[in-house]
Amino acid sequence: MATHEANLPAGRTVKKPTSHRVAVKRWRLPVETLVLGLTLLLWGVMSLSTSTFFTTNNLINILRQVSVDSIIAFGVLFPILIRGIDLSVGSVAALSGVVCATLLTMGLPIPVAIGLTLLLGVAIGSLNAFSVYRLGIPAFIITLAGLQAYRGGAFLVSDGTSVFGLPKEMASFARAEWLGIPSLFWTMLVIGLILHFILSQTRTGRYMVAMGSNYESARRAGINIKRIVFFAYIVSSLAACIAGILLMSRMSIGSPTAAVAYELNAIAAAVVGGASLFGGRGSVLGTFIGALLFATIANSANLLGIDSFWQMVATGVLIAVVVYVDNLHKRRQSGLK
Amino acid sequence: MNSLLEVRSLKKRFGAVEVLCGVDLTLEAGEVLAVIGDNGAGKSTLIKHISGVYQRDDGQILLDGQPVAFGSPKQARKAGIETVYQDLALADELSVGGNIFLGREPTRRWLGLLPVVDKRAIQQETQRLIDSIESHIPDGTSTVAGLSGGQRQAVAIARALYWEAKVVILDEPTAALAVMERENVIKLSRMLASKGVGVIYIGHNLIEILEVADRIAVMYRGRIVHVARSEDTSQEELIKYMTGYTDRKTA
Repeated sequence: MATHEANLPAGRTVKKPTSHRVAVKRWRLPVETLVLGLTLLLWGVMSLSTSTFFTTNNLINILRQVSVDSIIAFGVLFPILIRGIDLSVGSVAALSGVVCATLLTMGLPIPVAIGLTLLLGVAIGSLNAFSVYRLGIPAFIITLAGLQAYRGGAFLVSDGTSVFGLPKEMASFARAEWLGIPSLFWTMLVIGLILHFILSQTRTGRYMVAMGSNYESARRAGINIKRIVFFAYIVSSLAACIAGILLMSRMSIGSPTAAVAYELNAIAAAVVGGASLFGGRGSVLGTFIGALLFATIANSANLLGIDSFWQMVATGVLIAVVVYVDNLHKRRQSGLK
Repeated sequence: MNSLLEVRSLKKRFGAVEVLCGVDLTLEAGEVLAVIGDNGAGKSTLIKHISGVYQRDDGQILLDGQPVAFGSPKQARKAGIETVYQDLALADELSVGGNIFLGREPTRRWLGLLPVVDKRAIQQETQRLIDSIESHIPDGTSTVAGLSGGQRQAVAIARALYWEAKVVILDEPTAALAVMERENVIKLSRMLASKGVGVIYIGHNLIEILEVADRIAVMYRGRIVHVARSEDTSQEELIKYMTGYTDRKTA
C-alpha cells in the first residue's frame, strides 16, 4: 500500500500548463484599425493618381453606395454576434423593395406602404428566429432557404418585371441631400447609432456577446435566450427591409433583381470589420469601415476602368488576407493553439 | 440548529442503472466538504441534483431546514446554490466584471429614459471584489479571453462570492490547472468557507483534498460509504473506501 501513497489516484492529468501567460497584457491592434488604414491609403492613392476620385460628385456617390451596403451589414452583424448567420438579407431587400413599390402603385400612402413593408421584415425575422430557436434548424440552412424563397417571392409579386410608377416623393428621397450629405447616409447614420447604442450600452447587447462567445455561460446566467435570438434575427431582416426600400427609392423602381449577393458583401464587411463568424465579436463601427473599404474598392476600380471581374477577385483575396492576419494576431497573442 | 444543506436518502435511476442508491449528506455553513470517488461513483449526479440540473426519483434535499425541489439551475441559483463548473462557463469576449454581473447587470437610465448597463458601477464593484479576494486578476475591464485557468477560476468564485451564495459547488476546480495555480484555488475555497459559505469540493487528487477540506465524503457505486474529518483520515484509508476494498472485506 505504501507505494501508492504519492500518486494514487493521480486524478486528471494537467491539460495545458497555462501559468506562463498569467500576466499577459492584452494589447492588440484591432483589425478595424488596419482596415481603416487600408481604406485611407486607397483614398490617398486614388486622390493623387486620378482627377475624378476626390470630387464632390464621386465622394457623394461613394457615400450613397456605402449607406445601403452598411445598413444591410449592420443587420447581418447581429445574427453573426450570436453565432448565427443570415443569408436571406439580399433577397429580403429585393422582396421588400418590390412589395413596397407594389403597395405604392396600388395607391397606398407612403407611410402606410413603408409601415406594412417593415412589418413584413419583422415577420421574416421572426420566422428565421423561430426556425432556429424552436425548430432547431441551423441558421445557415434556414436563411439559405430564405435566400431562394424570398427572391422567388419578389419575382412572383412583381410578375417577373420591375414595378414602375412610384410617387415622386419616394423617388426623390434617395437623391435628397441635407447639409451636403446624402439622405441615404443620414439614414444609415441614425440606424448605425441606434444599433451601436444597443450593442455597447444595453443588457441585450451584452447578452448577445455572451451568447456568441459561450452559449453555456449565457444559459446558466439565466439569460432569456429566446428573446435574444428573436431580437437578432428581427434586426437583421428589418435592416434588410429598410435597405430594400432605400434601394427602391434610389432606382425609382421596385426591382426583383435588386441586391443580388448583397448578403455576402454584408457578411464580408462585418468580418473584415472585426466580427468573428464564431460569434461574440464584432462592432457597428468596424462593420461600417469594412463596408467603406469595399465601396471604395468598387468605386476606384470603376474609375480606373478595371474589369469588374478583377474587382471580385480582389475583394475575395482581401477577405482571406484580412481574416488570416487577424487570426494570426490572436493566436500569437493567446500564446497557444 | 439546522444544517445548511441536507440530503436525505436521495435516489436516482437512469434506465436500468441505479446511479444514486440512497445518498445522505450534510453540509454546514463555513465548511469545505470534499466529495471524492472513482469515476462513475455518482459524484456528478449527486451535485447535479443539488444544483437543479437533475430531478430526483426519491429522497429529500433541505436548504436551511426547508425542503427544496429545484426545477432548473436557475432556481437553485436563486435559492443561493452556485455551481462553478469545470469548464467555468465564462464568456470570453466579456470583461471580468461583465462575467461576474452577467444576467444581473445594474442599470441606470440614460437621459432619464432608456435603461443602460451601468458600466461604472460594475467596474467599481469588480475592482473592490478583486482586491478583497487577493486574486491575481490584473484588471476588471480586461476580457476573460486573456486570463489563465486559475484566474478564470478566481472570476467564477468571485461571482459566487459577490452574489452571496450560501452553497458553492466546485466541480474539480483544479482539474485543468497548473500546479502553481492549484494553491490559489485552494486558498480561494478556504476563503469562501471563512465567509460562512458552505463549499462542496469535488475532486480526485487526495493530497489536495486533504489540504482543502474540513470533512471528506467518499462515494462508491452510488452510496456514501465513508465520511471523515480530514485530520482523522489518511490517503490510504480514503483509497480503501474509494476502491471498495472495505466493501469486499466486510461482505
